[in-house]
Amino acid sequence: MASDLFCTDLVRRFGDHTAVDRVSLDVPAGTFFSILGPSGCGKTTLLRLLAGFDRPDSGEIQIRGARMNDVPPNKRPVNMVFQHLALFPTMSVGDNIGYGLRRQKVPAAERTRKIARVLEQVGLPGLEDRNPQQLSGGQRQRVALARCLVLEPTLLLLDEPLGALDLKLREQMKVELKHLQKAFGTTFVYITHDQSEAMVMSDQVAVMRQGRFDQVAAPETLYRNPATPFVAGFVGDNNRLSGDVISVDGDLVRLRLQSGEEVAGRIAGEGIATGRRADLFIRPESLVMNGAVPDGYSRMQATVTTTLFDGANSRIEAGVADQTIFARLPQDGSVSNLSPDSAIQLGWDPQGATVFAGEPV
Amino acid sequence: MRSSASKLSLCLLMTPFVLWIVLLVLLPHLQMLRVSFHVRESWDTVTLGLEQYQNFFSESYYWRTFVRTGVMSLFTTFLTLVIAFPIAWYIAQLARGRAKGFLFLACLIPFWASELVRTYGWMILLRESGLFSTWLQALGLADGPVEMLYNDAAVIIGLVYNGLLFMVVPLVTTLDGMDENLVEAGYDLGGNHWTVLREIIVPWAMPGVVSGCIVVFMLTLGSYLTPILMGGKDSAWFTEQIFTQFITRFNWEQGAALGVLLLVLSSVIVWLGLRVTGQNLRKVMG
Amino acid sequence: MIRSVPRSAWFDRIYLAYLIIFFIYLALPLTVTAVFAFNDASFPSLPWKGFTLDWFFADGSNGRTGLFHDDGLLSALWVSVVIAFWVTLLCVFLGCVNAILFERLEFRGKEFLYLVMLLPLVIPGVILGVSILVFYSGMANSVSQQWGIELDMFRPGMPLVVAGQVAFITTLCTLVIAARLRKFDRQLEEAALNLGATPVVAWFTVTLPWLLPSIFGAAAMAFLMSFENFNTTVMLTGSDTPLTVALFNRLREGSTPVLNAVALLLMVGSALLAVLAMGRGSTRKAG
Repeated sequence: MASDLFCTDLVRRFGDHTAVDRVSLDVPAGTFFSILGPSGCGKTTLLRLLAGFDRPDSGEIQIRGARMNDVPPNKRPVNMVFQHLALFPTMSVGDNIGYGLRRQKVPAAERTRKIARVLEQVGLPGLEDRNPQQLSGGQRQRVALARCLVLEPTLLLLDEPLGALDLKLREQMKVELKHLQKAFGTTFVYITHDQSEAMVMSDQVAVMRQGRFDQVAAPETLYRNPATPFVAGFVGDNNRLSGDVISVDGDLVRLRLQSGEEVAGRIAGEGIATGRRADLFIRPESLVMNGAVPDGYSRMQATVTTTLFDGANSRIEAGVADQTIFARLPQDGSVSNLSPDSAIQLGWDPQGATVFAGEPV
Repeated sequence: MRSSASKLSLCLLMTPFVLWIVLLVLLPHLQMLRVSFHVRESWDTVTLGLEQYQNFFSESYYWRTFVRTGVMSLFTTFLTLVIAFPIAWYIAQLARGRAKGFLFLACLIPFWASELVRTYGWMILLRESGLFSTWLQALGLADGPVEMLYNDAAVIIGLVYNGLLFMVVPLVTTLDGMDENLVEAGYDLGGNHWTVLREIIVPWAMPGVVSGCIVVFMLTLGSYLTPILMGGKDSAWFTEQIFTQFITRFNWEQGAALGVLLLVLSSVIVWLGLRVTGQNLRKVMG
Repeated sequence: MIRSVPRSAWFDRIYLAYLIIFFIYLALPLTVTAVFAFNDASFPSLPWKGFTLDWFFADGSNGRTGLFHDDGLLSALWVSVVIAFWVTLLCVFLGCVNAILFERLEFRGKEFLYLVMLLPLVIPGVILGVSILVFYSGMANSVSQQWGIELDMFRPGMPLVVAGQVAFITTLCTLVIAARLRKFDRQLEEAALNLGATPVVAWFTVTLPWLLPSIFGAAAMAFLMSFENFNTTVMLTGSDTPLTVALFNRLREGSTPVLNAVALLLMVGSALLAVLAMGRGSTRKAG
């Protein structure tokens, strides 16, 4: 597959601070690519480099093979959905969408036709004459998308556009954005700090931290095989247990926790050797409890602190020595009446836990 | 009990407002309107008639000055807008931190001096024995003293100078509230400098533009000192004629009629400006 | 055109040059006026003949009369101060009352009355002066003719000047104070009532302190506008001429550096007042 966006070693510094630090990326045509990271990780700076509102100090940006570094934003085949949408308040919905078409000198009749069609595609037929201020949050979102998509850009950049919506609408828009991307076939580059948005919508996700990419992979790979402890902790919920390595056997490793318990997990990073510190990550949903623990699983005794009921996401909070651990309660109600301070056995498949070398103490 | 208390407070607060607006604004203007229809037959008898207005239309000096004042005021307003807009844009969007506050204050400083002082300053610069003339001669660009005062260009320089503040302040206020992303979106969707300015920035700034233009136009139309002191023999200003009727000739009836005409002119142009731009007085002034 | 959009170097250079020329245009007339107040020549023009303070302090013995020995100008200055004082007092009072009326109370025809309140902004100053002259002076004339009673306060003079200036400065004060009142969080007042204050006490302890910066700002503005006004004043002034009218009369006779000295004094006075009002406003905001 040809790549729509290809960047090599992008660097952008602000004084002493390196906001984007040797980032390379390759986005194949027609994919939904997300850049996921906490606020301040440099993802907005990266997006503005791609849009042309900022210039890299070094490195190269190529769109469909053409070098973009010196192309001004109005000449790039790239459009952007801004964080606060930036719909022009002095124009109607139709004029907002027609703005880019007028710049391309599209004749009036064809313009009207295109505006009507794109509005239909985003599910807002016939709203041309409304004012953006009269629309609901979700509708404005779609107008902002339509305004870009009508120009059929090579690349659509989205700067956390769902942030301003309330929870329920956000869930709905996630699914809809994914469908729209598939329907239009446009390449999307989406930045967000919300891992659920990235996971649900994307074909590929880049996890960004302190200006660099920690891992670029499909959502499921990020979830099952995180490449760094940061990815393991940032993508999905995870419990972190620190201990000393006591033995290494193939891709499995055994750790002794502070409580003295011995647990096992799969080696996921470099630098693990007997006697060194290591961190084991195990997801709440991978934990089984009490009688349900099969043979060959790693086991551990814990003390229930409290039960957190949250429908399908109900969990217990338990203590192991001075560490806190969360475990998902089975949906069938097979485990119930866990009173605080009762002892509980937790177990997991060692292949489902990832172990990284811990920071030297 | 509550309702009577609130009625009382309404009355108490309404009284000063009504006294002010009725005694100082409405009644005097109605009286001026009435006097403008007076025709003086002898020193103590008057009848109603249109004589003052007939004078205005039959005396070409009156209506020519009237038209001239209106046209020059419109031109001055337009020029002030064109000069002030880039400055306001720079202060609102490009300048940052201390520079922003400093430049904004710098725009206000000339207005710590009265119109008279400002006009006087321009006279010192522009007149035959003035600084520009001396400098031109020193540079060898002129052979003898150059008179730059007492012509229409000088009047317009002075009038624009007087109006700048009242244009810059509302423009900065509206442009300051403009989200940078709107401009970026304009470029991102393929616009260039000119189209972004025309389609996004100017429509956004419209309330500020209209409010600045109204104030500058009113000030210019009603100005007296600048055209008198900087204008030439044949660059008469309409306010000057009103002044002459009242102070020199004691012809109040004629003066009142000229005053009413000036008021009508200013109201009509302000109203037209609001209509054309789709703004309303409350939005742009309040 | 904004920082994030690439511009050509030429565009930036022209823009910068424009800014510099603009601020020179702004500063030049005032600078020149101020500088020539110190020129040791009897006419404010080049060449520069040396520095002197004669135009401020000379007592007339060397043929020059400085500003501080010029009785005509000094008395005109005093007249201006008295007028400005009364105008400020009246306008700030009216401005406060109007602001509360339009921001806090609901009554029939409020929108319309608000527009009426804005009217003085779209009436040329000369017309305001003329209309007040016609109404009050005309009234004094008729009363004198019919009943032989002399209503001197309605003849051109200080009271009419104050009336004419109050007519339009009140609108400006109202706008300044109302803008601040609009930003006031009414819950603060409700909190005061909730904590046991009476409405009047709540007003004086919570709302008024909030309004103070704008009241000081409005007062400074009213004082300056009154002091500098010419168009309305010239129509209404009697024998006691205020400073701007006196200066204008002098200027028509011919300019002398004494006028520059007065101009400089006015500039310094206005600047001090503006700084005072701003400082007062910002300390209030901080505290």
